[in-house]
Order: sequence, then C-alpha cells, then structure tokens
Amino acid sequence: MIFMRKNMSATQASRRNGRRGPLASVALILIGLVATGGAYAAFSSASATAAVDLSSPAVINQGQKLFAANCSTCHGQQAQGTENGPSLIGVGSAAVDFQVGTGRMPMQMSGPQALSKPVQFTDEQTQALAAYVASLAPGPAIPSQSQLENGDVAAGGELFRINCAMCHNVAGAGGALTEGKFAPQLTHVSAVHVYEAMLTGPQNMPVFNDLNLTPEEKKDIISYLSYIESNPSAGGLELSNLGPVSEGLFLWVFGLGAIVALTVWITAKSN
Amino acid sequence: MAKNENGKADIVPAESVVTGTGVVAPDAFTDPGLPPHRPRVTDLDPKAAKRAERVVYTLFYLSIAASVFAVYAYMFFPIEPENVHSVRMNTLYLGLGIAFSLLAIGIAAVHWGKALMADKEAIDHRHPVRGTDETRARAVEIFRESDEESGFSRRTLIRNGLIGALIAFPLPAIALFRGLAPMDVDPNNELKHTMWKKGLRLTRDPQGTPIKASELTIGSAFQVIPEGLVDLPEHEKLDAKAKAAVLLVRLKKEDLHWSSKERESWSYEGIVAYSKICTHVGCPVALYEQQTHHLLCPCHQSQFDISNECAVIFGPAARPLPQLPITVDSEGYLVAMSDFTEPVGPSFWERAN
Repeated sequence: MIFMRKNMSATQASRRNGRRGPLASVALILIGLVATGGAYAAFSSASATAAVDLSSPAVINQGQKLFAANCSTCHGQQAQGTENGPSLIGVGSAAVDFQVGTGRMPMQMSGPQALSKPVQFTDEQTQALAAYVASLAPGPAIPSQSQLENGDVAAGGELFRINCAMCHNVAGAGGALTEGKFAPQLTHVSAVHVYEAMLTGPQNMPVFNDLNLTPEEKKDIISYLSYIESNPSAGGLELSNLGPVSEGLFLWVFGLGAIVALTVWITAKSN
Repeated sequence: MAKNENGKADIVPAESVVTGTGVVAPDAFTDPGLPPHRPRVTDLDPKAAKRAERVVYTLFYLSIAASVFAVYAYMFFPIEPENVHSVRMNTLYLGLGIAFSLLAIGIAAVHWGKALMADKEAIDHRHPVRGTDETRARAVEIFRESDEESGFSRRTLIRNGLIGALIAFPLPAIALFRGLAPMDVDPNNELKHTMWKKGLRLTRDPQGTPIKASELTIGSAFQVIPEGLVDLPEHEKLDAKAKAAVLLVRLKKEDLHWSSKERESWSYEGIVAYSKICTHVGCPVALYEQQTHHLLCPCHQSQFDISNECAVIFGPAARPLPQLPITVDSEGYLVAMSDFTEPVGPSFWERAN
C-alpha cells in the first residue's frame, strides 16, 4: 500500500504542470487510499491483540488459505513435506508460532539455517497458520502466559548451564556451531518463543520435551534468562558476554593502545 | 681491549687498529655526537614554566583526592551480600579511585621531569670497576684470615655438616609434591574406568531422576549422569562426573550407521549414549545439532558425527567419542550394559592406543 501511495504521488508530481482536472481526481484517489489504509491499520491492530480461538473452523480455514498461499511451495499442499521442506504434520501450533512469529518462516533463502528477520504476518495470521497446522495432527501447543512467569531463577540457572549454555553461551549471548550454523542469542527474545523453542527444537536445536525439562523447569529457565537480561553483570562491562574474543580484542586495542601512547609521550622530548 | 696501568681502557681511533685478516667495513658508523641543545618553552617563557608547575602540583593534589575518594567509596558503597549490583559499584569506584591516584602521580612525575627539571645533555663517564692491586691482595688476605679464625677448612666435620644440612633443607618441599598425586589408587586404573557398570540406570543431570526410553522423542538430547552420582560427597561427585558424563540422544533408526551388529546392539531403538569428554583434551562436548547429527567441541572445534559412531569429521581430536552400551531394564528405564569399553577422554601415556 505504501508502495502504491508513493507511485501515486509520483504521478501527481508529473501531472502538476498539466491540466487541473486529473490533478483533482488524483488527489481524490489519494484521500481515498489514505482513508482506507488508515482504517485498515486501525482495524488490524485492534484485532491483533484479541485472543484467537485456535480450534474455531473459521480460523483454521483462514490458516489453510494462508498456508496454501505462503507455505505450500516447500511444505506441500497438505503440509506433507516436499524435497525442499519437512512435513509439518504433528509439529503443533508451538512450532508454527515460533517459526513464523520470529520471522524465520517463510524462509528468505536456503542456507545453513533460517535466519530470524522482520515478521511477515500479523499476530492474527500467525495464529491462524498455527491453528491450521495444529488441526492436522496433535502436537506441542503454544504455552499460556502462566507457564512463562515467576520461576525459580537459581534452579533455572543450573538447568540452563547444563542443557543450554554449551551452545547459547552462559549469558545467553549465542555462539557458533558447525558449517556456518549458529545458536542465536537469547536476549531480547520473548518468553513464549524461548518456551516454544525448547518444546519443539527448531532447526538444529535438540528437542527438550516436557519429560526432559518439565514445564516447571522450562519456566525456571525463562525466569533465569529474564533475570540476567534485567540485572547487569557484577563483573562490570560485559562486552556482549562473548568471552575471550571480545575481551581480548578490547585489551589489545585499548590496553596496549594506552601503553603505546604513554610510552610515546614519556620518551618524546618536551617542546 | 687493551688496558693501561690505571685500569682505563685505551681509546684508539678505529682506523689505526690492526685488523689482521678481519674485513673492515669501509663506511664504519661514526658517532654523530649529541644534537645541539634546544631550550624548551618552559625554559624561555616563565609563564609556561608557571603553568607546567601548576599542572604538576594540581595532579599531585588530585591524586590525594582520588586516594581519599577510594577510601570513601569503600565505606559508602559496601558489598551487600544480597545485592549483586553493590559488588559492581564497590569495585568500580574503589578501582577508579586507586587507579587515578596512582596514574596522577605517574603523569605528574613524568611531566615534572620533562617540562621543569634541568634538561642539559651531559655525559657521565664510568669509573673503572677493578680495584687496585693492594685492595685485591688485602681482600684475599681477609678471606684467608677468616678461614683461619673460623676453622672452616680445618674443622672438616663442621664444614661438611653445614653443607649437608643446606642440601637436605629443601628436600621436604620436594617430597610434598607427592601429595598432588593419587595416594591409594593406581592413577592408570582411575583413568581407564568410570562409574558406569552393568545395570546402572541413566539419570538426568542435575536431578538424578531415571530416564525411560519412551521419554526420548526424536531429536531429544538429555544430559546424563550415572544413577547414584548425586548422592556422592561433593568432591567425589565432581571427580566421578568428570569421567562419567554422557550425552543421550535419539535419532531415527535409519539415520544411524553401524560398523558391526555388536556396535548396533549398544543402542536402543535409535537411542545412543556417548561420552561427553572430548578425546582431544577433555572438554565437555555437548553442542549437538539434531538435524545434521554433528557434535561440536567448543574448545578446539573438533566435530563428531553421531550418525556414524561419533567418528571425527573435523578438528584435532584423534579418536571417536567412546560409546556407552545401553539397553532398557524390565521397568522401561535406560540402563548401562557395562562401563565404557575404552578409556574416556584424552590420550595418556599408558593408554594402549
């Protein structure tokens, strides 16, 4: 819509030195477009916050249409999977909410891993897609808000260090994996997406089902992550928590730089 | 170099030295001498000198202020046991105060030396180190006299006793190093065996709860310790865990490739357990990718392929990770069939291969 509007204003500019009649009609069209766009934006932002009933046939139907238009090229018309994408039967609404809700899907291009990017669908559309995929076969569901808050931070820290820290870094700063893949950083990730990632094991992340890490333990881990994100490190400047690389670079540049500068100053003759 | 009676080195021009067969570079480096003295701004302009003086004493007083600030910071930003943030404030202000107080002294001293102290170039000649012949003779005489008076050469029992005592004195310190090695056990044996044994259940780290085979969905990864490890005393627990830590994963059965039927029997329905201790230098290997089935060691980037008996596919590790043979017991819990069939972790001298 923005694109169209820009096009219109370009047309308007080119016709400014022409007759008056077309100019008026262009202005009229512009007003109409802005009004519809504004009304649509107001409508869609209002509906996005409303809860969506994932089991309602209307929502599932909408999801199926969205799926056919946006996902079926790789995942197949019946979500049965093709050579280019895995089957989504039984992955559950949690997987869809994570993949689409973080912008990883639809995938921009094939590569070592699907990158998170600006989200392509509204919340309502994401929910509809999730509802459709969940209707195909039972699978992990999107967690409720009560499953994400007020866990035991200390217990979560221990579980995080044992199960997550090897890839995601002890402070959740992320880290490299093999052949160009990487474990993303876990700061600025919403609690619900962290929960869904543990539950479904997106891409190369292993699955941590509820029999491995119970919902209570998942809640503890999420509480630990939000704790370290909101509490500054007691050790001072974190330097992105990347460990020896960023710390070493900082010391080489600034520590050695200061020493070199002082040495030059001390040995230079006073003017 | 030749020396005259006074012990001073004869200084002769380089050109007059007889070089024998030595090759003399024709463009021998000649001493350019000192550059002409150049007065500083502070020598010429009393105002500049005054300014430099002001900078120096201001820095010294700032240093005093910073030291006092550090003491105040220590008192007014104390470390509160419940407040992690207080540690940061305490160390930050204390460190800033101490660092600035010392840095200001250094900068002031250097600036003082460079801008205000006399900067006339001068040469201080070294006096000869060798004493006169009389002094040297007297020194030898003193040694002889003290030997005579103490009886060091004469009373040989005393002398030998002293030398022996001085040799024996550091021995206890060396003997104490023995305490660093295991006392009652054969270290070789310790390296070759872990806590795992037949029938021991695989349990979750850190809870120590047993794991049913049905609890592993495809793509699952469990961090595993042997049953009973959590009940050990702290020190023994860490020792045992360092050897017995295991990664338990479930793959599709068709994704696993085995070299023999026997190796295949060490897995259960696509569930495999591998030692987490890297065969390179013993880092914990647990960066598992569930789609590629690669296992990455974060220390030196060794990569192991779980679908292929943990063969090394990249990096410095020399051997595959040892596999723990597993099966299920009558209640459906995963148990070890035996200990690891080879020593876990890095190579050591007595290891067979």
